[in-house]
Amino acid sequence: MSKSFVSLENLSKVYPSKNGDLTVFDEVDIKINKGDFVCIIGHSGCGKSTILNILAGLDKPSSGSVIMDGKEVDGPSLDRGVVFQNYSLLPWLTTLQNVNFGVAARQPNWSKDKVQQHSTKYLEMVGLKSALNKKPSELSGGMRQRVSIARAFATNPKLLLLDEPFGALDALTRGVIQDELLKIWSETKQTVFMITHDVDEAILLADHILLMSNGPHARVAESVKINISRPRNRANIIEDPAYYKIRNHLVNFLINCPEERPAAKSNSDGTPVMIDPSLDSVSKVEKVSNITETGNVKKLTV
Amino acid sequence: MSKVNARAILLSLIILVVAGGVWEALNQPPAATEALTEYELLLGTSDNEARVPPPSQVLKHAWAELSNPFYDAGPNDKGIGIQLAYSLYRVLAGYFAAALIAIPLGFIIGMSPLIHKALNPFIQVLRPISPLAWMPLALFIIKDSEQSAIFVIFICSIWPMLINTAFGVANVRKDWVNVARTHELSQLKTAFLVILPAAAPTILTGMRISIGIAWLVIVAAEMLVGGTGIGYYVWNEWNNLDLNSVIFSILMIGIVGMLLDMALGAVAKLVKYEE
Repeated sequence: MSKSFVSLENLSKVYPSKNGDLTVFDEVDIKINKGDFVCIIGHSGCGKSTILNILAGLDKPSSGSVIMDGKEVDGPSLDRGVVFQNYSLLPWLTTLQNVNFGVAARQPNWSKDKVQQHSTKYLEMVGLKSALNKKPSELSGGMRQRVSIARAFATNPKLLLLDEPFGALDALTRGVIQDELLKIWSETKQTVFMITHDVDEAILLADHILLMSNGPHARVAESVKINISRPRNRANIIEDPAYYKIRNHLVNFLINCPEERPAAKSNSDGTPVMIDPSLDSVSKVEKVSNITETGNVKKLTV
Repeated sequence: MSKVNARAILLSLIILVVAGGVWEALNQPPAATEALTEYELLLGTSDNEARVPPPSQVLKHAWAELSNPFYDAGPNDKGIGIQLAYSLYRVLAGYFAAALIAIPLGFIIGMSPLIHKALNPFIQVLRPISPLAWMPLALFIIKDSEQSAIFVIFICSIWPMLINTAFGVANVRKDWVNVARTHELSQLKTAFLVILPAAAPTILTGMRISIGIAWLVIVAAEMLVGGTGIGYYVWNEWNNLDLNSVIFSILMIGIVGMLLDMALGAVAKLVKYEE
Protein backbone atom coordinates (compact mmCIF):
# COMPACT_ATOMS: atom_id res chain seq x y z
CA MET A 1 0.00 0.00 0.00
CA SER A 2 3.03 2.26 0.19
CA LYS A 3 2.57 3.10 -3.46
CA SER A 4 -0.77 4.75 -2.79
CA PHE A 5 -1.16 7.99 -4.67
CA VAL A 6 -2.58 9.85 -1.70
CA SER A 7 -2.15 8.74 1.84
CA LEU A 8 -3.39 10.31 5.04
CA GLU A 9 -1.53 8.97 8.01
CA ASN A 10 -2.76 9.03 11.57
CA LEU A 11 -4.51 12.33 11.04
CA SER A 12 -6.23 14.10 13.91
CA LYS A 13 -7.85 17.44 14.52
CA VAL A 14 -8.19 18.86 18.01
CA TYR A 15 -9.88 22.14 18.87
CA PRO A 16 -8.73 23.49 22.21
CA SER A 17 -11.58 24.82 24.33
CA LYS A 18 -12.13 25.95 27.89
CA ASN A 19 -13.76 22.69 28.93
CA GLY A 20 -10.94 20.55 27.66
CA ASP A 21 -9.86 19.82 24.15
CA LEU A 22 -12.37 18.70 21.58
CA THR A 23 -11.01 15.95 19.40
CA VAL A 24 -13.10 15.94 16.25
CA PHE A 25 -11.36 12.98 14.72
CA ASP A 26 -8.19 11.05 15.28
CA GLU A 27 -6.35 8.06 13.94
CA VAL A 28 -7.70 8.71 10.49
CA ASP A 29 -5.83 6.71 7.86
CA ILE A 30 -6.90 6.85 4.25
CA LYS A 31 -5.21 5.60 1.14
CA ILE A 32 -6.34 6.57 -2.33
CA ASN A 33 -5.03 4.98 -5.49
CA LYS A 34 -4.42 6.93 -8.65
CA GLY A 35 -7.52 7.27 -10.77
CA ASP A 36 -9.85 6.25 -7.99
CA PHE A 37 -13.11 7.99 -7.25
CA VAL A 38 -13.51 7.99 -3.49
CA CYS A 39 -16.55 9.27 -1.64
CA ILE A 40 -16.69 9.91 2.08
CA ILE A 41 -19.95 9.70 4.01
CA GLY A 42 -20.63 10.45 7.62
CA HIS A 43 -22.93 12.43 9.87
CA SER A 44 -22.50 16.17 10.26
CA GLY A 45 -19.73 17.16 12.62
CA CYS A 46 -17.56 14.12 12.09
CA GLY A 47 -14.94 16.24 10.38
CA LYS A 48 -15.35 15.29 6.73
CA SER A 49 -14.97 18.86 5.56
CA THR A 50 -11.96 19.34 7.79
CA ILE A 51 -10.31 16.29 6.24
CA LEU A 52 -11.02 17.70 2.79
CA ASN A 53 -9.64 21.10 3.77
CA ILE A 54 -6.51 19.46 5.16
CA LEU A 55 -6.14 17.56 1.89
CA ALA A 56 -6.54 20.85 0.04
CA GLY A 57 -3.93 22.45 2.27
CA LEU A 58 -6.38 25.07 3.52
CA ASP A 59 -6.39 23.65 7.05
CA LYS A 60 -3.71 22.03 9.14
CA PRO A 61 -4.07 18.76 11.06
CA SER A 62 -3.28 18.70 14.77
CA SER A 63 -1.15 15.67 14.12
CA GLY A 64 -0.44 13.26 11.34
CA SER A 65 0.47 13.95 7.76
CA VAL A 66 -0.85 13.91 4.23
CA ILE A 67 1.34 12.64 1.45
CA MET A 68 0.41 13.00 -2.19
CA ASP A 69 2.52 11.66 -5.00
CA GLY A 70 5.46 11.19 -2.68
CA LYS A 71 5.36 14.72 -1.31
CA GLU A 72 3.97 16.02 1.94
CA VAL A 73 0.99 18.34 1.59
CA ASP A 74 1.96 21.66 3.12
CA GLY A 75 -0.39 24.40 2.02
CA PRO A 76 -2.67 24.80 -0.98
CA SER A 77 -1.48 23.84 -4.42
CA LEU A 78 -2.74 23.80 -7.96
CA ASP A 79 -2.12 20.05 -7.88
CA ARG A 80 -5.28 19.77 -5.84
CA GLY A 81 -8.37 21.37 -7.33
CA VAL A 82 -11.24 22.14 -5.00
CA VAL A 83 -14.94 22.45 -5.80
CA PHE A 84 -16.65 24.08 -2.86
CA GLN A 85 -20.24 23.48 -1.86
CA ASN A 86 -21.13 27.14 -2.36
CA TYR A 87 -19.40 27.20 -5.78
CA SER A 88 -17.02 30.01 -4.76
CA LEU A 89 -17.11 31.72 -8.11
CA LEU A 90 -15.84 35.27 -8.21
CA PRO A 91 -19.04 37.25 -8.75
CA TRP A 92 -17.43 40.16 -10.59
CA LEU A 93 -16.11 37.85 -13.32
CA THR A 94 -18.09 36.20 -16.09
CA THR A 95 -18.37 32.44 -16.45
CA LEU A 96 -15.51 32.35 -18.92
CA GLN A 97 -13.35 34.71 -16.86
CA ASN A 98 -13.87 32.54 -13.80
CA VAL A 99 -12.52 29.50 -15.62
CA ASN A 100 -9.77 31.60 -17.24
CA PHE A 101 -8.77 32.62 -13.73
CA GLY A 102 -7.99 29.02 -12.88
CA VAL A 103 -6.36 28.15 -16.19
CA ALA A 104 -4.16 31.26 -16.20
CA ALA A 105 -3.00 30.46 -12.68
CA ARG A 106 -2.12 26.92 -13.75
CA GLN A 107 -0.48 27.87 -17.05
CA PRO A 108 1.11 31.29 -16.54
CA ASN A 109 2.97 31.00 -19.85
CA TRP A 110 -0.05 30.42 -22.02
CA SER A 111 -1.23 33.19 -24.28
CA LYS A 112 -4.58 34.79 -23.61
CA ASP A 113 -6.09 33.05 -26.61
CA LYS A 114 -4.87 29.65 -25.55
CA VAL A 115 -6.26 30.13 -22.04
CA GLN A 116 -9.55 31.24 -23.52
CA GLN A 117 -9.73 28.22 -25.83
CA HIS A 118 -8.91 25.79 -23.07
CA SER A 119 -11.53 27.29 -20.73
CA THR A 120 -14.15 27.32 -23.44
CA LYS A 121 -13.53 23.65 -24.14
CA TYR A 122 -14.20 22.71 -20.52
CA LEU A 123 -17.25 24.96 -20.30
CA GLU A 124 -18.60 23.23 -23.39
CA MET A 125 -18.06 19.90 -21.68
CA VAL A 126 -20.43 20.94 -18.92
CA GLY A 127 -22.93 22.37 -21.38
CA LEU A 128 -22.39 26.05 -20.69
CA LYS A 129 -21.40 27.21 -24.15
CA SER A 130 -24.26 29.68 -24.24
CA ALA A 131 -23.45 31.24 -20.88
CA LEU A 132 -19.82 32.19 -21.37
CA ASN A 133 -20.34 35.88 -20.82
CA LYS A 134 -22.87 35.74 -18.01
CA LYS A 135 -22.09 36.72 -14.45
CA PRO A 136 -22.62 34.08 -11.75
CA SER A 137 -25.57 36.06 -10.37
CA GLU A 138 -27.37 35.47 -13.66
CA LEU A 139 -26.93 31.70 -13.43
CA SER A 140 -28.94 29.09 -11.55
CA GLY A 141 -27.33 27.10 -8.74
CA GLY A 142 -26.78 24.12 -11.01
CA MET A 143 -25.13 26.21 -13.69
CA ARG A 144 -22.88 27.87 -11.12
CA GLN A 145 -21.75 24.49 -9.85
CA ARG A 146 -21.03 23.44 -13.43
CA VAL A 147 -18.78 26.48 -13.83
CA SER A 148 -17.02 25.55 -10.62
CA ILE A 149 -16.53 21.96 -11.83
CA ALA A 150 -15.28 23.20 -15.20
CA ARG A 151 -12.81 25.50 -13.42
CA ALA A 152 -11.49 22.62 -11.33
CA PHE A 153 -11.16 20.16 -14.23
CA ALA A 154 -9.68 22.80 -16.55
CA THR A 155 -6.70 23.28 -14.22
CA ASN A 156 -6.07 19.55 -14.58
CA PRO A 157 -5.16 18.89 -10.94
CA LYS A 158 -3.65 15.62 -9.81
CA LEU A 159 -6.35 15.30 -7.18
CA LEU A 160 -9.81 16.76 -7.34
CA LEU A 161 -11.56 17.56 -4.07
CA LEU A 162 -15.31 17.98 -4.10
CA ASP A 163 -16.97 19.28 -0.94
CA GLU A 164 -20.62 18.28 -1.19
CA PRO A 165 -20.81 19.79 -4.64
CA PHE A 166 -24.45 18.94 -5.19
CA GLY A 167 -25.70 19.59 -1.67
CA ALA A 168 -27.57 22.77 -2.57
CA LEU A 169 -29.11 21.52 -5.80
CA ASP A 170 -32.53 20.06 -6.50
CA ALA A 171 -32.73 16.37 -7.29
CA LEU A 172 -33.21 16.74 -11.06
CA THR A 173 -30.32 19.14 -11.56
CA ARG A 174 -28.21 17.02 -9.28
CA GLY A 175 -28.80 13.93 -11.44
CA VAL A 176 -27.88 15.73 -14.63
CA ILE A 177 -24.65 17.13 -13.20
CA GLN A 178 -23.75 13.76 -11.67
CA ASP A 179 -23.91 12.29 -15.16
CA GLU A 180 -21.78 15.13 -16.51
CA LEU A 181 -19.27 14.65 -13.72
CA LEU A 182 -19.06 10.92 -14.50
CA LYS A 183 -18.57 11.69 -18.17
CA ILE A 184 -15.73 14.16 -17.59
CA TRP A 185 -14.18 11.91 -15.00
CA SER A 186 -14.17 8.92 -17.35
CA GLU A 187 -12.46 11.09 -19.99
CA THR A 188 -9.85 12.62 -17.72
CA LYS A 189 -9.29 9.75 -15.28
CA GLN A 190 -8.66 12.18 -12.47
CA THR A 191 -8.31 11.01 -8.90
CA VAL A 192 -11.32 12.32 -7.01
CA PHE A 193 -12.09 12.68 -3.32
CA MET A 194 -15.67 13.76 -2.68
CA ILE A 195 -17.80 14.48 0.35
CA THR A 196 -21.47 13.69 0.03
CA HIS A 197 -24.53 13.08 2.18
CA ASP A 198 -26.31 11.20 -0.53
CA VAL A 199 -25.89 7.42 -0.42
CA ASP A 200 -27.21 6.90 -3.96
CA GLU A 201 -24.92 9.56 -5.32
CA ALA A 202 -21.96 7.90 -3.64
CA ILE A 203 -22.80 4.48 -5.08
CA LEU A 204 -23.28 5.92 -8.55
CA LEU A 205 -19.95 7.75 -8.57
CA ALA A 206 -17.48 6.01 -6.32
CA ASP A 207 -15.02 3.16 -6.51
CA HIS A 208 -14.78 3.21 -2.74
CA ILE A 209 -16.94 4.78 -0.10
CA LEU A 210 -15.35 5.69 3.20
CA LEU A 211 -17.74 5.57 6.13
CA MET A 212 -16.97 7.78 9.08
CA SER A 213 -18.18 7.12 12.60
CA ASN A 214 -19.63 9.92 14.67
CA GLY A 215 -17.51 12.50 16.42
CA PRO A 216 -15.94 13.33 18.74
CA HIS A 217 -13.06 10.98 18.14
CA ALA A 218 -14.51 10.14 14.77
CA ARG A 219 -12.58 7.90 12.45
CA VAL A 220 -12.96 6.15 9.17
CA ALA A 221 -14.68 2.95 10.20
CA GLU A 222 -15.02 1.17 6.89
CA SER A 223 -14.01 1.39 3.31
CA VAL A 224 -16.78 -0.01 1.16
CA LYS A 225 -15.88 -1.25 -2.29
CA ILE A 226 -18.45 -0.49 -4.95
CA ASN A 227 -18.29 -3.54 -7.11
CA ILE A 228 -20.50 -2.33 -9.93
CA SER A 229 -19.12 -2.25 -13.44
CA ARG A 230 -18.66 1.00 -15.31
CA PRO A 231 -19.89 2.87 -17.20
CA ARG A 232 -22.69 3.37 -14.77
CA ASN A 233 -25.72 5.51 -15.18
CA ARG A 234 -28.59 6.44 -12.98
CA ALA A 235 -31.13 4.48 -14.98
CA ASN A 236 -29.56 1.04 -14.97
CA ILE A 237 -27.48 1.07 -11.82
CA ILE A 238 -30.46 0.15 -9.67
CA GLU A 239 -30.87 -3.07 -11.64
CA ASP A 240 -27.45 -4.26 -10.61
CA PRO A 241 -27.81 -7.01 -7.99
CA ALA A 242 -25.08 -5.49 -5.92
CA TYR A 243 -26.79 -2.11 -5.73
CA TYR A 244 -29.24 -2.81 -2.93
CA LYS A 245 -26.79 -4.87 -0.96
CA ILE A 246 -24.39 -1.95 -0.96
CA ARG A 247 -27.15 0.55 -0.31
CA ASN A 248 -28.52 -1.45 2.61
CA HIS A 249 -25.09 -1.77 4.07
CA LEU A 250 -24.45 1.96 3.86
CA VAL A 251 -27.84 2.97 5.22
CA ASN A 252 -27.51 0.42 7.95
CA PHE A 253 -24.19 1.91 8.96
CA LEU A 254 -25.51 5.44 8.96
CA ILE A 255 -28.60 4.59 10.99
CA ASN A 256 -26.81 2.42 13.50
CA CYS A 257 -23.78 4.61 13.34
CA PRO A 258 -21.55 3.57 16.20
CA GLU A 259 -21.58 6.29 18.83
CA GLU A 260 -18.61 4.78 20.54
CA ARG A 261 -15.40 4.63 18.66
CA PRO A 262 -15.28 1.20 17.09
CA ALA A 263 -12.95 -1.39 18.49
CA ALA A 264 -9.81 -2.01 16.53
CA LYS A 265 -11.10 -3.27 13.26
CA SER A 266 -8.47 -1.82 11.08
CA ASN A 267 -5.67 -3.38 9.16
CA SER A 268 -2.18 -3.46 10.50
CA ASP A 269 -1.28 -0.19 8.76
CA GLY A 270 -4.22 1.59 10.30
CA THR A 271 -6.32 1.83 7.15
CA PRO A 272 -9.93 0.84 7.62
CA VAL A 273 -11.11 -2.65 6.74
CA MET A 274 -12.36 -2.98 3.25
CA ILE A 275 -15.82 -4.36 2.78
CA ASP A 276 -17.50 -5.52 -0.36
CA PRO A 277 -21.19 -5.96 0.35
CA SER A 278 -21.81 -7.34 -3.14
CA LEU A 279 -19.92 -10.52 -2.38
CA ASP A 280 -21.97 -11.75 0.49
CA SER A 281 -24.38 -10.61 3.10
CA VAL A 282 -21.67 -9.12 5.24
CA SER A 283 -23.74 -6.26 6.43
CA LYS A 284 -22.58 -6.81 9.98
CA VAL A 285 -18.97 -5.89 10.49
CA GLU A 286 -18.69 -8.26 13.45
CA LYS A 287 -18.73 -11.17 11.05
CA VAL A 288 -15.44 -10.13 9.58
CA SER A 289 -12.89 -12.33 11.15
CA ASN A 290 -10.14 -12.71 8.71
CA ILE A 291 -8.88 -10.54 5.97
CA THR A 292 -6.59 -11.68 3.26
CA GLU A 293 -5.11 -9.62 0.57
CA THR A 294 -4.95 -10.67 -3.03
CA GLY A 295 -3.21 -8.16 -5.20
CA ASN A 296 -4.58 -4.75 -4.62
CA VAL A 297 -8.08 -5.93 -3.81
CA LYS A 298 -8.81 -7.19 -0.39
CA LYS A 299 -11.23 -10.03 -0.08
CA LEU A 300 -13.25 -10.87 2.92
CA THR A 301 -13.35 -14.33 4.28
CA VAL A 302 -16.27 -14.91 6.54
CA MET B 1 -42.08 51.94 -13.32
CA SER B 2 -42.06 54.80 -15.80
CA LYS B 3 -45.53 55.65 -14.59
CA VAL B 4 -44.19 56.02 -11.05
CA ASN B 5 -41.32 58.13 -12.37
CA ALA B 6 -43.67 60.43 -14.25
CA ARG B 7 -45.82 60.89 -11.17
CA ALA B 8 -42.76 61.54 -9.01
CA ILE B 9 -41.58 64.25 -11.40
CA LEU B 10 -45.03 65.82 -11.34
CA LEU B 11 -45.08 65.78 -7.56
CA SER B 12 -41.60 67.31 -7.39
CA LEU B 13 -42.71 70.12 -9.67
CA ILE B 14 -45.80 70.76 -7.54
CA ILE B 15 -43.67 70.96 -4.38
CA LEU B 16 -41.25 73.32 -6.14
CA VAL B 17 -44.02 75.62 -7.35
CA VAL B 18 -45.84 75.68 -4.00
CA ALA B 19 -42.69 76.26 -1.92
CA GLY B 20 -41.41 78.89 -4.37
CA GLY B 21 -44.83 80.54 -4.44
CA VAL B 22 -45.05 80.78 -0.66
CA TRP B 23 -41.49 82.15 -0.50
CA GLU B 24 -42.32 84.71 -3.20
CA ALA B 25 -45.60 85.74 -1.60
CA LEU B 26 -44.17 86.19 1.90
CA ASN B 27 -41.39 88.49 0.74
CA GLN B 28 -43.21 91.12 -1.30
CA PRO B 29 -42.70 94.71 -0.17
CA PRO B 30 -46.06 96.31 0.73
CA ALA B 31 -47.50 98.45 -2.06
CA ALA B 32 -46.96 102.11 -1.42
CA THR B 33 -50.19 103.73 -0.19
CA GLU B 34 -49.07 107.30 -0.65
CA ALA B 35 -46.72 109.14 -2.88
CA LEU B 36 -43.06 108.47 -2.25
CA THR B 37 -40.92 111.11 -0.62
CA GLU B 38 -37.84 112.28 -2.37
CA TYR B 39 -35.69 110.05 -0.17
CA GLU B 40 -37.92 107.05 -0.80
CA LEU B 41 -37.68 107.72 -4.51
CA LEU B 42 -33.94 107.54 -4.23
CA LEU B 43 -34.25 104.19 -2.46
CA GLY B 44 -36.87 103.01 -4.96
CA THR B 45 -39.21 101.88 -2.17
CA SER B 46 -40.99 103.12 0.94
CA ASP B 47 -40.29 99.77 2.65
CA ASN B 48 -38.00 100.18 5.64
CA GLU B 49 -37.67 96.47 6.36
CA ALA B 50 -34.96 94.32 4.79
CA ARG B 51 -36.42 91.18 3.26
CA VAL B 52 -35.17 87.88 1.97
CA PRO B 53 -35.15 88.34 -1.79
CA PRO B 54 -38.00 86.41 -3.43
CA PRO B 55 -37.17 83.62 -5.90
CA SER B 56 -38.00 85.79 -8.89
CA GLN B 57 -35.18 88.15 -7.96
CA VAL B 58 -32.78 85.35 -7.13
CA LEU B 59 -33.47 83.70 -10.47
CA LYS B 60 -32.93 86.95 -12.32
CA HIS B 61 -29.63 87.38 -10.49
CA ALA B 62 -28.67 83.74 -11.10
CA TRP B 63 -29.27 84.17 -14.80
CA ALA B 64 -27.02 87.22 -14.88
CA GLU B 65 -24.27 85.44 -12.94
CA LEU B 66 -24.46 82.22 -14.92
CA SER B 67 -24.42 83.99 -18.28
CA ASN B 68 -20.98 85.35 -17.43
CA PRO B 69 -19.51 82.92 -14.87
CA PHE B 70 -15.80 83.53 -15.45
CA TYR B 71 -15.40 87.31 -15.28
CA ASP B 72 -12.69 88.63 -13.03
CA ALA B 73 -13.08 92.22 -11.89
CA GLY B 74 -10.64 92.21 -8.98
CA PRO B 75 -10.35 90.34 -5.70
CA ASN B 76 -13.82 91.33 -4.51
CA ASP B 77 -15.66 90.59 -7.73
CA LYS B 78 -15.09 87.32 -9.50
CA GLY B 79 -17.56 85.19 -11.43
CA ILE B 80 -19.22 82.20 -9.77
CA GLY B 81 -17.42 79.84 -12.14
CA ILE B 82 -14.02 81.06 -10.96
CA GLN B 83 -15.00 80.73 -7.29
CA LEU B 84 -16.37 77.21 -7.80
CA ALA B 85 -13.26 76.22 -9.75
CA TYR B 86 -11.04 77.33 -6.85
CA SER B 87 -13.13 75.30 -4.40
CA LEU B 88 -13.22 72.25 -6.65
CA TYR B 89 -9.47 72.41 -7.12
CA ARG B 90 -8.91 72.45 -3.34
CA VAL B 91 -11.43 69.69 -2.70
CA LEU B 92 -10.06 67.42 -5.40
CA ALA B 93 -6.42 68.04 -4.46
CA GLY B 94 -7.05 67.24 -0.79
CA TYR B 95 -9.38 64.38 -1.65
CA PHE B 96 -7.02 62.58 -4.01
CA ALA B 97 -4.09 63.07 -1.68
CA ALA B 98 -6.22 61.46 1.03
CA ALA B 99 -7.23 58.61 -1.28
CA LEU B 100 -3.60 58.00 -2.17
CA ILE B 101 -2.82 57.39 1.49
CA ALA B 102 -6.10 56.05 2.86
CA ILE B 103 -6.70 53.27 0.33
CA PRO B 104 -3.28 51.56 0.54
CA LEU B 105 -3.15 52.07 4.30
CA GLY B 106 -6.72 50.76 4.66
CA PHE B 107 -5.69 47.74 2.61
CA ILE B 108 -2.85 47.00 5.00
CA ILE B 109 -5.04 47.54 8.05
CA GLY B 110 -7.68 45.24 6.58
CA MET B 111 -5.15 42.52 5.78
CA SER B 112 -3.26 42.60 9.06
CA PRO B 113 -5.07 42.27 12.38
CA LEU B 114 -1.85 43.33 14.11
CA ILE B 115 -1.61 46.65 12.30
CA HIS B 116 -5.35 47.14 12.73
CA LYS B 117 -5.04 46.79 16.48
CA ALA B 118 -1.92 48.95 16.61
CA LEU B 119 -3.35 51.84 14.59
CA ASN B 120 -6.91 51.69 15.86
CA PRO B 121 -6.36 53.90 18.96
CA PHE B 122 -4.87 56.66 16.80
CA ILE B 123 -7.68 56.45 14.29
CA GLN B 124 -10.31 56.55 17.00
CA VAL B 125 -8.81 59.69 18.59
CA LEU B 126 -8.05 61.56 15.37
CA ARG B 127 -11.26 60.74 13.54
CA PRO B 128 -13.75 62.73 15.66
CA ILE B 129 -11.67 65.95 15.48
CA SER B 130 -13.46 68.62 13.52
CA PRO B 131 -11.35 69.25 10.44
CA LEU B 132 -11.47 73.01 11.09
CA ALA B 133 -9.77 72.49 14.44
CA TRP B 134 -6.65 71.61 12.48
CA MET B 135 -6.71 74.96 10.71
CA PRO B 136 -4.56 77.03 13.15
CA LEU B 137 -1.96 74.29 13.35
CA ALA B 138 -1.97 73.87 9.59
CA LEU B 139 -1.59 77.61 9.04
CA PHE B 140 1.32 77.72 11.47
CA ILE B 141 3.13 74.74 10.00
CA ILE B 142 2.35 75.17 6.32
CA LYS B 143 2.38 78.99 6.37
CA ASP B 144 0.11 79.13 3.34
CA SER B 145 -3.63 79.59 3.58
CA GLU B 146 -4.34 77.95 0.24
CA GLN B 147 -2.45 74.79 1.15
CA SER B 148 -3.86 74.81 4.66
CA ALA B 149 -7.35 74.60 3.15
CA ILE B 150 -6.22 71.65 1.06
CA PHE B 151 -4.78 70.04 4.17
CA VAL B 152 -8.11 70.44 5.99
CA ILE B 153 -9.85 68.70 3.09
CA PHE B 154 -7.21 65.99 3.17
CA ILE B 155 -7.65 65.34 6.87
CA CYS B 156 -11.46 65.25 6.73
CA SER B 157 -11.71 62.95 3.71
CA ILE B 158 -9.12 60.45 4.85
CA TRP B 159 -11.19 58.76 7.58
CA PRO B 160 -14.21 57.39 5.73
CA MET B 161 -11.96 56.05 2.98
CA LEU B 162 -9.54 54.53 5.46
CA ILE B 163 -12.18 52.88 7.59
CA ASN B 164 -14.27 51.62 4.68
CA THR B 165 -11.26 50.22 2.85
CA ALA B 166 -10.07 48.42 5.97
CA PHE B 167 -13.57 47.07 6.61
CA GLY B 168 -14.07 45.97 3.01
CA VAL B 169 -10.71 44.24 2.82
CA ALA B 170 -11.08 42.53 6.20
CA ASN B 171 -14.51 41.19 5.26
CA VAL B 172 -13.79 39.72 1.86
CA ARG B 173 -15.52 36.34 1.83
CA LYS B 174 -13.18 33.64 2.99
CA ASP B 175 -14.28 31.41 0.11
CA TRP B 176 -12.86 33.85 -2.41
CA VAL B 177 -9.57 34.08 -0.55
CA ASN B 178 -9.53 30.27 -0.51
CA VAL B 179 -10.03 30.26 -4.27
CA ALA B 180 -6.93 32.42 -4.55
CA ARG B 181 -5.04 30.14 -2.18
CA THR B 182 -5.96 26.92 -3.98
CA HIS B 183 -4.82 28.56 -7.22
CA GLU B 184 -1.45 29.40 -5.67
CA LEU B 185 -1.81 33.12 -6.26
CA SER B 186 0.95 35.28 -4.80
CA GLN B 187 0.07 37.81 -2.09
CA LEU B 188 0.26 40.63 -4.60
CA LYS B 189 -1.89 38.85 -7.18
CA THR B 190 -4.41 37.90 -4.50
CA ALA B 191 -4.59 41.54 -3.46
CA PHE B 192 -5.20 42.82 -6.98
CA LEU B 193 -7.19 39.98 -8.55
CA VAL B 194 -9.39 38.94 -5.63
CA ILE B 195 -9.38 41.30 -2.65
CA LEU B 196 -9.45 44.60 -4.53
CA PRO B 197 -12.42 43.74 -6.78
CA ALA B 198 -14.19 42.09 -3.84
CA ALA B 199 -13.74 45.14 -1.60
CA ALA B 200 -14.17 47.74 -4.34
CA PRO B 201 -17.86 48.48 -3.66
CA THR B 202 -17.13 49.10 0.03
CA ILE B 203 -14.11 51.26 -0.84
CA LEU B 204 -16.22 53.29 -3.26
CA THR B 205 -18.84 53.81 -0.55
CA GLY B 206 -16.08 55.29 1.61
CA MET B 207 -14.92 57.49 -1.25
CA ARG B 208 -18.46 58.69 -1.78
CA ILE B 209 -18.89 59.60 1.88
CA SER B 210 -15.52 61.37 1.80
CA ILE B 211 -16.28 63.56 -1.19
CA GLY B 212 -19.54 64.61 0.47
CA ILE B 213 -17.76 65.56 3.68
CA ALA B 214 -14.99 67.35 1.77
CA TRP B 215 -17.54 69.48 -0.05
CA LEU B 216 -19.25 70.33 3.25
CA VAL B 217 -15.96 71.31 4.86
CA ILE B 218 -14.53 73.39 2.01
CA VAL B 219 -17.22 76.07 2.46
CA ALA B 220 -16.35 76.54 6.12
CA ALA B 221 -12.61 76.34 5.44
CA GLU B 222 -12.78 79.02 2.76
CA MET B 223 -14.82 81.28 5.04
CA LEU B 224 -11.82 81.13 7.37
CA VAL B 225 -8.93 81.42 4.94
CA GLY B 226 -10.65 83.86 2.59
CA GLY B 227 -9.41 85.13 -0.75
CA THR B 228 -11.11 82.83 -3.21
CA GLY B 229 -13.54 79.94 -3.39
CA ILE B 230 -17.25 79.46 -2.97
CA GLY B 231 -17.06 79.59 0.85
CA TYR B 232 -15.29 82.93 0.70
CA TYR B 233 -17.83 84.09 -1.89
CA VAL B 234 -20.80 83.36 0.37
CA TRP B 235 -19.24 85.18 3.30
CA ASN B 236 -18.07 88.08 1.15
CA GLU B 237 -21.54 88.58 -0.32
CA TRP B 238 -22.95 88.53 3.21
CA ASN B 239 -20.54 91.34 4.06
CA ASN B 240 -21.70 93.10 0.89
CA LEU B 241 -25.28 92.52 2.08
CA ASP B 242 -26.04 91.00 -1.31
CA LEU B 243 -28.56 88.35 -0.28
CA ASN B 244 -29.36 87.52 -3.89
CA SER B 245 -25.79 86.32 -4.31
CA VAL B 246 -25.86 84.50 -0.98
CA ILE B 247 -28.93 82.49 -1.90
CA PHE B 248 -27.65 81.91 -5.40
CA SER B 249 -24.33 80.58 -4.13
CA ILE B 250 -26.07 78.35 -1.58
CA LEU B 251 -27.97 76.77 -4.45
CA MET B 252 -24.78 76.38 -6.46
CA ILE B 253 -23.05 74.63 -3.53
CA GLY B 254 -25.93 72.16 -3.43
CA ILE B 255 -25.84 71.53 -7.16
CA VAL B 256 -22.08 71.01 -7.33
CA GLY B 257 -22.21 68.71 -4.28
CA MET B 258 -24.91 66.67 -6.01
CA LEU B 259 -22.83 66.42 -9.18
CA LEU B 260 -19.80 65.23 -7.21
CA ASP B 261 -21.89 62.55 -5.55
CA MET B 262 -23.38 61.49 -8.87
CA ALA B 263 -19.89 61.17 -10.38
CA LEU B 264 -18.75 58.91 -7.55
CA GLY B 265 -22.04 57.01 -7.80
CA ALA B 266 -21.33 56.34 -11.47
CA VAL B 267 -17.88 54.97 -10.63
CA ALA B 268 -19.41 52.83 -7.87
CA LYS B 269 -21.77 51.34 -10.42
CA LEU B 270 -18.79 50.17 -12.49
CA VAL B 271 -17.30 48.11 -9.69
CA LYS B 272 -20.55 46.84 -8.24
CA TYR B 273 -21.23 43.13 -8.43
CA GLU B 274 -24.10 40.94 -7.40
CA GLU B 275 -23.50 37.81 -5.41
